Amino acid sequence: MKESMGAQTKKLVFLGLAAGAALVLSYVESLLPPLWSAVPGIKMGLPNMVIIFLLYRCGVKEAAAVSLVRLGLSALLFGNLLTLAFSFAGAALSLVLMALMKKTKLFSIVGVSVAGGVAHNLGQILIAMLVMETAEIGYYMIFLTISGTVAGAFIGLAGALLIQKTRRLRF
Amino acid sequence: MTRKKRLRNDLILIAALLLIALAGLLAFRLSRRPGEWAVVLIDGVETARYPLSEDLETVVSGAEGSNTLVIRDGAASIAEADCPDGICVAHRPIAEAGETIVCLPHKLVVKIQASGSAGAVDGGTQVGGNG
Repeated sequence: MKESMGAQTKKLVFLGLAAGAALVLSYVESLLPPLWSAVPGIKMGLPNMVIIFLLYRCGVKEAAAVSLVRLGLSALLFGNLLTLAFSFAGAALSLVLMALMKKTKLFSIVGVSVAGGVAHNLGQILIAMLVMETAEIGYYMIFLTISGTVAGAFIGLAGALLIQKTRRLRF
Repeated sequence: MTRKKRLRNDLILIAALLLIALAGLLAFRLSRRPGEWAVVLIDGVETARYPLSEDLETVVSGAEGSNTLVIRDGAASIAEADCPDGICVAHRPIAEAGETIVCLPHKLVVKIQASGSAGAVDGGTQVGGNG
């Protein structure tokens, strides 16, 4: 009993650290200038590195919890309620799809991350279309699919490296 | 499932996504036409339309805030806005039918149309005259 309590605490501390790391990555990403002003929403998706790490090392629940904490805090610190709705839609669709794809065992972490990246953009565009009641902005998805795929592949590679290097870490 | 097969599936996924995007891009390029009207929508409702042929600077106000719409050399852009992120201001000028500038905090969309319906022409120029 005592030991399992210790393990629980250790895990809680680790997830707290992970949420902190994801938040810092959100901040770093918010400092980067927009790559191409013609299409808003092109992003590296740095925080997804933490989420994908947790998805593979812990599970969906842990990844979702850290993602929620990260979303809430970054909206409070760098955004507003509206950006929270957008980020939530993107992050939720992204995580659900990544979890499903991981479960099929058909793809490596890179493929899962690519799908997650594109799904994140898709979720945001769908919410934007709903909020603005304008279907025209759907054409952004053409460019966001390309940027989401490229960014997702790099984040997937980085995530795979992170998982490999921390294989001996126990939490 | 071996590692090799997964890697192959990854590459298929990446190639498929890029192909879909390229097909979309091609369709978008082929269907593009020069625009004639800059249409302003707030919360999905058209509030004004201005001809791209006339230079213009006007303040578009909605419930959430205001944006300064500028039309110069046949292209529309947002010069100033009191929204928190300023993404609409950073957006390059738009001139082709189907292009949009979005200001999410203000629920404002500026979209370019190839041709306006005859009924809206007079109303739009009247509103434009104030700016």
